[in-house]
Amino acid sequence: MIPEFEKFKGFKAKNLPKEEMLSSGHRACQGCGEVLALRMVMKALGKDVIVCNATGCMEIITSPYPHTAWNVPWIHIAFENAAAVASGVESARRVLARKGKIPKKHVDILAVGGDGATGDIGLQWISGAFERGHDFLYVCLDNEAYMNTGVQRSGCTPYGAMTTTSPPGKKSFGQVTWKKNVPAIAVAHNIPYVATASPAYFLDLMNKVKKAALVKGPAYVHIYSPCPTGWGSAGERSVEIARLAVETKVFPLYEVIEGRYIISRKITKPKPVEEYLKTQRRFRHLDEEHIDYIQRRVDAEYEKLLRLAEMD
Amino acid sequence: MSKRVGIEVSIAIAEAVGLARAEVIPAYPITPQTHIVEHLSEMVANGELDAEFIPVESEHAAMSCCCGSSAAGARTFTSSSSQGLSLMSEILYIPSTMRLPIVMVVANRALSAPISIWNDHQDIMVQRDIGWIQTFAENGQEAVDLTLHAFRVAEDRNVSLPFIVNIDGFTLSHVIEPIELPDQEDVDKFLPPFKPRYKLDPRRPITMGPVGIPEVYTEAKVAHDMAMKKAKRYILKAWDEFAEIFGRKYNPVESYRTEDAEILLVTMGSISETAMTAVDAMRDEGQKVGLLRIRLWRPFPSQEFRKAIGKAKVLAVIDRCLPPGAVCGPVGAEIRSLLYKIPGAPKIFSFVAGLGGRDVTVARFKEIVDKARQFAKKRPRELYEVIGVREK
Repeated sequence: MIPEFEKFKGFKAKNLPKEEMLSSGHRACQGCGEVLALRMVMKALGKDVIVCNATGCMEIITSPYPHTAWNVPWIHIAFENAAAVASGVESARRVLARKGKIPKKHVDILAVGGDGATGDIGLQWISGAFERGHDFLYVCLDNEAYMNTGVQRSGCTPYGAMTTTSPPGKKSFGQVTWKKNVPAIAVAHNIPYVATASPAYFLDLMNKVKKAALVKGPAYVHIYSPCPTGWGSAGERSVEIARLAVETKVFPLYEVIEGRYIISRKITKPKPVEEYLKTQRRFRHLDEEHIDYIQRRVDAEYEKLLRLAEMD
Repeated sequence: MSKRVGIEVSIAIAEAVGLARAEVIPAYPITPQTHIVEHLSEMVANGELDAEFIPVESEHAAMSCCCGSSAAGARTFTSSSSQGLSLMSEILYIPSTMRLPIVMVVANRALSAPISIWNDHQDIMVQRDIGWIQTFAENGQEAVDLTLHAFRVAEDRNVSLPFIVNIDGFTLSHVIEPIELPDQEDVDKFLPPFKPRYKLDPRRPITMGPVGIPEVYTEAKVAHDMAMKKAKRYILKAWDEFAEIFGRKYNPVESYRTEDAEILLVTMGSISETAMTAVDAMRDEGQKVGLLRIRLWRPFPSQEFRKAIGKAKVLAVIDRCLPPGAVCGPVGAEIRSLLYKIPGAPKIFSFVAGLGGRDVTVARFKEIVDKARQFAKKRPRELYEVIGVREK
């Protein structure tokens, strides 16, 4: 087990930190599940953190100069390279602390990006940073498409979903590929901590982020982030949709601690996938056959996950 | 005591970076830059240099790491070349407007295609407008001295700009030269510790790299341009102080046998040494030929260059870069633009030579001077000429 986890008692509804490291007044859309998740991430991390933000929704809504929503040090360089920027920050702090130029007190380094910045364009930079073993955590806020540029498909867009570059038509039914399993790619780097989380389960999310920060070396947290604008869902239903994604096994919650899979929330009585799909306009065009396929594939993927967890 | 040693220029540059007490060195290998970063990594491994060497997975990551490291307050160095520099390109524009004083040595090399590991200036000319201060070294000693100078100027709070020192790949990077390596004590005197005005620090949170809406973008870019222009003063000041401590004086433009010269060659980098030999030979023949060597490329030393021309009637500007379809090479274009409609300005002829490792010999410089003299009498049909192209 990870020794750093022993001292950590976990967040409870009663002892949630009051301070907001990401303040309100930013320019996110109504009902944005991503900024909700990011707020929880920042609450879990507290003030001793340096944030390296990839280009994307969270970057633009929080930093239109001369305004900033950040109460912690924050840097944005470009789209694909947040993990490399974090590598630089972490290395700099290591040598400066060694030389006595900054206090030895531990500061968490957070790299954060969307699913495009993480699973598509930034994969190499993340892989490099994981392989080198920098002490940082990478959080992917996955809203399942390039939302900042106007809802184009990414490798994390789910099967069948309509985006502006995976439109359903006479010869297509939307996204033709299955969602890329980015957490599995993170696991393949043999890093000590990988987890999936959802803003619908905020204590679970915050505890996972805190553990990712506590662990020595690289850690990865993949967070499901509902996007009312891109998904065609009601803003007030974001948390409900996030919960449905878990209850239907579409987005399972788990941890991978030193390579061992642990299911955070076992779904014994799953709701039908259709119930999840019908909350969002991006799936509206799907016929019974496609929905049936998605149901079977979701079941199979969940079985695979269970087998990984049972192996321990 | 400083010591004069026979040493490979790349190794000497690495030693200079060590003397500068660089703290973070993210690097990715590319020929002909490799010996610089290999030696640095060795110095770190042996405990001779207390730094973090980050063996990144690409040049793009190298520059991204540099941004993070410099923003966190560490003295940051990297080195690259050619394709690697091009891969960095997206990021290079960012630390300059963000005023992060990263220092980079570029071992200049041709760009693909066809793939070539040999020397010219095409790699850096693609990056002409990235807003970094840029100098060009002529020899090994200068490469060492300019590297130390780069840290000093870049980190000066009046400047706060990233800095590239260009050295010709192989021609400089891989040759052994007698070089005076300065004392640690003297370097420490010349180069105080890096104390950035702003850095990423939880005790004083700041937002770096925010969105520039149309109402502020222009101002951000103008501020950068103003900083570049203002930087020249501090570049010169640092060279003066360098001369006081180390006894070697550098200028933004160097003149060689320009008194009474009618034709001036204009060069950058290591071919200038051959050019001087060529000037000597032509002077022996009674030709009134001299040489101007541009050491400071960005910010361009307009005043100094205009002054250095003196009464010359013809400038033969040599570019080691061929931008297809352009009016002429970038150095030629710069100088034409600088002297346009200036009363009494010399005639300017643009030449391209020494691409992809092709030697520019004394005979070639003579050919260039002859052509420039002819062109002055009868205007050439083309706006530039490529020298030494094989017909068969």
